[in-house]
Amino acid sequence: MAAEGSPNRTLKLVAIGTMAGVFSGLFGVGGGTVIVPLAILWLGYEERQATATSLAAIVFIAAFAAAAQGLYGNVNVADALEIGLPAVLGVLIGTWLQQRLQAGVIALLFAAVLLASAVELVLR
Amino acid sequence: MIGAIAVGLAGGIIAGLLGVGGGVLFVPGLVLFLGLDQHQAEATSLLAIVPVAIVGTIRQNKYGNVRRDDALLLGLLSVAGAAAGVALANAISGRVLRDAFAALMVLVAFQLVHRTLRPATERPQDRPRP
Repeated sequence: MAAEGSPNRTLKLVAIGTMAGVFSGLFGVGGGTVIVPLAILWLGYEERQATATSLAAIVFIAAFAAAAQGLYGNVNVADALEIGLPAVLGVLIGTWLQQRLQAGVIALLFAAVLLASAVELVLR
Repeated sequence: MIGAIAVGLAGGIIAGLLGVGGGVLFVPGLVLFLGLDQHQAEATSLLAIVPVAIVGTIRQNKYGNVRRDDALLLGLLSVAGAAAGVALANAISGRVLRDAFAALMVLVAFQLVHRTLRPATERPQDRPRP
């Protein structure tokens, strides 16, 4: 675990931020897939702190990437609302659940959904 | 419509639980249920993530879990990467982008399984007391 404010720690933050940004822009995701495990491995974060801090960083990352995509004319605002509004309700449920349970079962269920969707997406 | 709402809700729950944006579900949801192409789906997913991340951050901040300095730094340091990622996405075909995205989903799925199955052996507090 790198000490607070050390050059080594700053470099790690630069690397994580840059990789998360590339992932976000390239795939249309927040970048949490990169941030959460690296914050735990490289910065010594505890899991819940890592997920919370990741969400806060994603506010900026997704906003930048969405603005950049907007310049290409790819953003569909109505569809973003149709997915995003129920998702706001979902994130309230998710953060509430996170304080109360081990995410194990849900994480495995989510992994299964991801694998099924990946197959569906490729075969389409 | 129902499918899109269900995907949104599920993506939000995952975002809160795992600290991600939910895009890994939003993108396939936008393609499969709302008929967007891969480029539109990715761009639209990014916009949908913003309110989710804001609300999730406010909740997590109340629980005292957000490290604000690092979050701000990570966010600001991502700008160049995000711009490069968006430019790259728009430079490659939807077909290639879609297959790469499917590979990302498989990667995330394995990462989740790994993280979930790890605790029993690696976290001391989870070991049974003697």
